[in-house]
Amino acid sequence: MKTSNKISFSRRSFLQTSALASGGMLVGFNLFTACKEDVKPPVDLSLLDYNDFNAFIKISDEGKVTIFAPNPEIGQGVKTSMPMLIAEELDVAWEDVHVVQGKLDTKNYTRQVAGGSQSLRQGWTPLRQTGATARQMLVNAAAAKWGVSASECKTNKGVITNANGDKLGYGEVVKEAASLEVPEDVTLKDPKDFHIIGQDISNVDIDEIVTGKPLFGLDYKQEGMQYASVLRPPAFGQKLESFDDANARTVNGVNDVIKFGDKIAVLANSTWAAMKGKKALKATWTQDSKAESTAFHDETLLGLLNGDKFDTRRKDGDVIKAFAEADQVLERTYETPFVPHNCMEPMNFFANVTTDKIELVGPIQTPAGTAGQVARMLGRDASEVTLEMTRMGGGFGRRLYGDFALEAAEVSHLAKKPVKVIFSREDDMAAGIYRPAIKYRIAASIKDGKLTGYHLKEAAINGNMYGLIPNFFPAGAIENYQVDTANYKSNITTGAWRAPYTNVLASCEQSFFDEIAEAMGVDRIKLHMDLLENVKRTTDERIQYSPERLQGVIKRVVKESNYGKEKDVYQGFAVYYCHNTHVAEVADIIMDNGVPVVKKVTVAVDCGIVVNPLGAKNQVVGGVIDGIGHSMYGEITFNDGAPQSNNYDSYQLIRMLQTPQVDVHFIENDIAPTGLGEPTLPPVGGAVANAIYKATGKRLTKMPYMNNMDVEPVVG
Amino acid sequence: MPTFQLKINGASHSVEADADTPLLWVLRDNLDLVGTKYGCGIAQCGACTVHMNGNATRSCTTTVANAQGMEITTIEGLSENGDHPVQEAWKDIDVPQCGYCQSGQIMTASAFLENNSSPSREEIRSAMHGNICRCASYNSIEKAVEVAAKKMN
Ligand code: FES
Ligand code: FES
Repeated sequence: MKTSNKISFSRRSFLQTSALASGGMLVGFNLFTACKEDVKPPVDLSLLDYNDFNAFIKISDEGKVTIFAPNPEIGQGVKTSMPMLIAEELDVAWEDVHVVQGKLDTKNYTRQVAGGSQSLRQGWTPLRQTGATARQMLVNAAAAKWGVSASECKTNKGVITNANGDKLGYGEVVKEAASLEVPEDVTLKDPKDFHIIGQDISNVDIDEIVTGKPLFGLDYKQEGMQYASVLRPPAFGQKLESFDDANARTVNGVNDVIKFGDKIAVLANSTWAAMKGKKALKATWTQDSKAESTAFHDETLLGLLNGDKFDTRRKDGDVIKAFAEADQVLERTYETPFVPHNCMEPMNFFANVTTDKIELVGPIQTPAGTAGQVARMLGRDASEVTLEMTRMGGGFGRRLYGDFALEAAEVSHLAKKPVKVIFSREDDMAAGIYRPAIKYRIAASIKDGKLTGYHLKEAAINGNMYGLIPNFFPAGAIENYQVDTANYKSNITTGAWRAPYTNVLASCEQSFFDEIAEAMGVDRIKLHMDLLENVKRTTDERIQYSPERLQGVIKRVVKESNYGKEKDVYQGFAVYYCHNTHVAEVADIIMDNGVPVVKKVTVAVDCGIVVNPLGAKNQVVGGVIDGIGHSMYGEITFNDGAPQSNNYDSYQLIRMLQTPQVDVHFIENDIAPTGLGEPTLPPVGGAVANAIYKATGKRLTKMPYMNNMDVEPVVG
Repeated sequence: MPTFQLKINGASHSVEADADTPLLWVLRDNLDLVGTKYGCGIAQCGACTVHMNGNATRSCTTTVANAQGMEITTIEGLSENGDHPVQEAWKDIDVPQCGYCQSGQIMTASAFLENNSSPSREEIRSAMHGNICRCASYNSIEKAVEVAAKKMN
């Protein structure tokens, strides 16, 4: 994982250059696939084609750099941090760099998911190689001009110098550089020489955001476009029986009403007319499959936990034997609710389906998959579809699913008009793809003062933990360890929600460890440090977390938070590894008339090299506050299949007065960077629950905590 | 459809709309002023905040009929060059994450600072409590309002 300096890659594997007709040099590259031998980047900028190259760097003859990157911004800062990697190795001043969002090639773009936590980790080496290769070509061109060896030349912020004291700006050699061979070996910088990576860089769209420029999907318009508001079944398990659109059609501005499947779209000249038209529709619905309620889900999941139908995801030693021989066995059941994503920008999408092409525009994280689905749904060839991604008003997992784009395409196809489907907040919350309700039962055995066994059972709606999650801590630390899962298939749509599965699992486990430490009569921090000792020298390849790095964040957070020593506050601790990043957190709370108030959260994060500390800190703080909000307040319940909250007067998102100050500390090292959009969220609920226990003596095992604390529920 | 005369960012506009149309949709759909955002439509999130006669107002629950005769300012008109002290502070602190809620946050903060030029932390937190930020950029918002207050003095 250490950054090595000398990198070889096969020539032409992913990069090509050309001289631009308008002056300057264009480097086209394809980050994740090789380009074909015979393709060349265009000489005319208006012809940028993202089929073979998914990104371009233009270096003008004034030495200014434009980076055309296809990743739009979702709120994780990748539109800024990924170009920083290129600019660093190209060795230019950040002030001379301009970032432009390129078109996305939906046909060849192999990284199907845009803008997630993984982008930076995956781009770390190839993006730097790209910058370093372009830099080397400029150096080679200057060296040839001077008749010196390239190895004698140095660069600094866009200027090449040699031992004789000659100087050339990048712009002065772009023409020659463009015609040179692409070098096979390039040297990457030693991290100590970074002058962009590690600096606070503002988000590249900041000027447009603070002046209200059209950036988001909801802001997109086209001539002749119809605004569409869609009536969907009001409850899961229902379908459309009949409807009456007479009143809807009389609403000023309404132009058409179109039934598609079990949904009805009202098309109008304005958003308001479409929404009003939808309210005027009369529809009757019939029950098609089971009408499920929250009480039913609770009963079903508890039934699964009490039963014996599990899939075993990991099994070390023999937990049954360990439990039978134990001096003491602890067991707790943890319960977590459904939650909607509640992106601040409601779901929306533009589609213009005509006989010769399908044009799609909007906020989506899975452009290639969605374009393919639209083509299949309409029986069209994928080559007829173009999809343009806009900036996204939040994602949190919701925009991985293209249901709203499919709706727009189908309505446009039927209406034969360009259409923009807009969800109202009510639609957005009620037609959710929710984080599913999950319950855990965790048991631990203690013998002779040692933690000898740990058995985790998960019962979830629709899906279970996946991949390496069963191998996260404490896997590897306890001799007898088992993870079992079971699930119930519901007709309520569920899906990924920021840090899927670990988002609630980490909090539950981190509360449970507090209980274990208490039962063992050992210090919570010592218990963790000792358990992590057991993991060192592991040869188990499934274990991806580093015990040393987890111990590092624990030590740091204990020091920075003054854990266990702060007066006047109750402190709760949690530590977790997920999304390749190691995090420890301490929550400080006070009690105000029986209501817990989180005053401060101290976070220690080991995410390797911090590319953009300013953006990174925003991500860490956002994850922590989001995690507190959802563990304290977030819940959507169902009654006969109908969601019981549909707007912010019946659903509580965390607001300013409920937010703590978050104090962030990054561990400094030279390890390749890992994601930050997700990993600080999962453990924080545990830290808060542990602090509340210290304050009240009550173990909170059911989220959202505020609804299970005998205090007035909060809305607003 | 009736016609309404609106005064927005110093210019007069005449728009055709039903009298019950929220100002929000008139701004966005009729006048292409899309900096004002839709978040909830029921005065709960603050994404649609504009100034009416200097007061922070939810445009999603203000009808076009009631907006007539008022001096309306939207994010597009808050300053000529995007250099209002609140916008400058937002840039200094690099507040936005996804950015969607931020024009509403800026409009709430700028109206608040007009009436209270040296607010305490608690006053800032209370003033901003009505604006939801789903990305939870609250710590940065709090700090940026403080920075903006200093710039305005
Ligand atoms: S859209 Fe007006 S307050 Fe939410
Ligand atoms: S920045 Fe995303 S909602 Fe506030």
